[in-house]
Amino acid sequence: MNDRFNLYRFASPATFYPLAGTLIPYFWALSAVFGLAGLYIGMLVAPTDFQQGEGYRIIFIHVPASWLSMFIYLVMAFWAAIGLAFNTRLSGMMAQALAPTGALMAFLSLWTGALWGKPMWGAWWVWDARLTSELILLFLYIGYMALTAAIDDPRRADKAGGLLLLVGVVNIPIIYFSVKWWNTLHQGSSVNLTKSSMATTMLYGMLLMAMCFWMYSIAVALMRARTIMLERERNTDWVKAELAGDVQ
Amino acid sequence: MIYWNSFADFLHMGGYGVYVWGSFGVTALIMLVEPIVVARNRKTTIARLKRQLRAESRTTSE
Repeated sequence: MNDRFNLYRFASPATFYPLAGTLIPYFWALSAVFGLAGLYIGMLVAPTDFQQGEGYRIIFIHVPASWLSMFIYLVMAFWAAIGLAFNTRLSGMMAQALAPTGALMAFLSLWTGALWGKPMWGAWWVWDARLTSELILLFLYIGYMALTAAIDDPRRADKAGGLLLLVGVVNIPIIYFSVKWWNTLHQGSSVNLTKSSMATTMLYGMLLMAMCFWMYSIAVALMRARTIMLERERNTDWVKAELAGDVQ
Repeated sequence: MIYWNSFADFLHMGGYGVYVWGSFGVTALIMLVEPIVVARNRKTTIARLKRQLRAESRTTSE
């Protein structure tokens, strides 16, 4: 053993657990700061939209929730790949911890989309490529949670769930490019790397809200991951020491 | 700097109040309830694991 700084050290639950505990309050604080700034700009400062009136303000949560619903899935698929390739314990716990938050983000994307679609398109729901593929994403999250919950042995549950995640990852580019590949009712992307079709204040409001949602997701997933670690590693010395002390 | 003329205007959202506040309300509710559920689940899990650990050490020491 060498005690030189080694990033792989954090792949072990015993070292990751206290690190996550230290980081969680910072992610909450960042989420609150970004959220307050984003709401201030988006809801109080940003001007109206010339086509959609004030209804467009749903964008400040619709786009962040949609982005996070796709991003969280990609992160879960990343952990699944690591877990299947290297048989690491932490990866399955991380995927497990992210799933409910990802599902909620997919739900919020669909919910705010319905409340946006009704006044703008005249329909809560249409079987459009963008909407349908996002609904499939929600089902993938639910399917992953149901599958892993149905298998008693956590390591086997991780393997089966990881396989589902990797197969389902094909849906992410379909969601993202659906507005280009098919003729959909859903508008095209308002932002890309080179240019944006939005007013600057609107864009800043949206990006700040996206940061808020991102930091929120990290904070709540780390909270969940810490509980999963205690549960799964309950027979190890570090968890026993943790439980013997004043565990929070 | 502030876009709105009055608080009533802000709530009315140019006639889209139901849709805008319906979106923000449910999002706020979820982002409030999810951490509470996770924190409570953590508390009950820790309590259960502590009980199990105590029960184990009792049987091994006898």
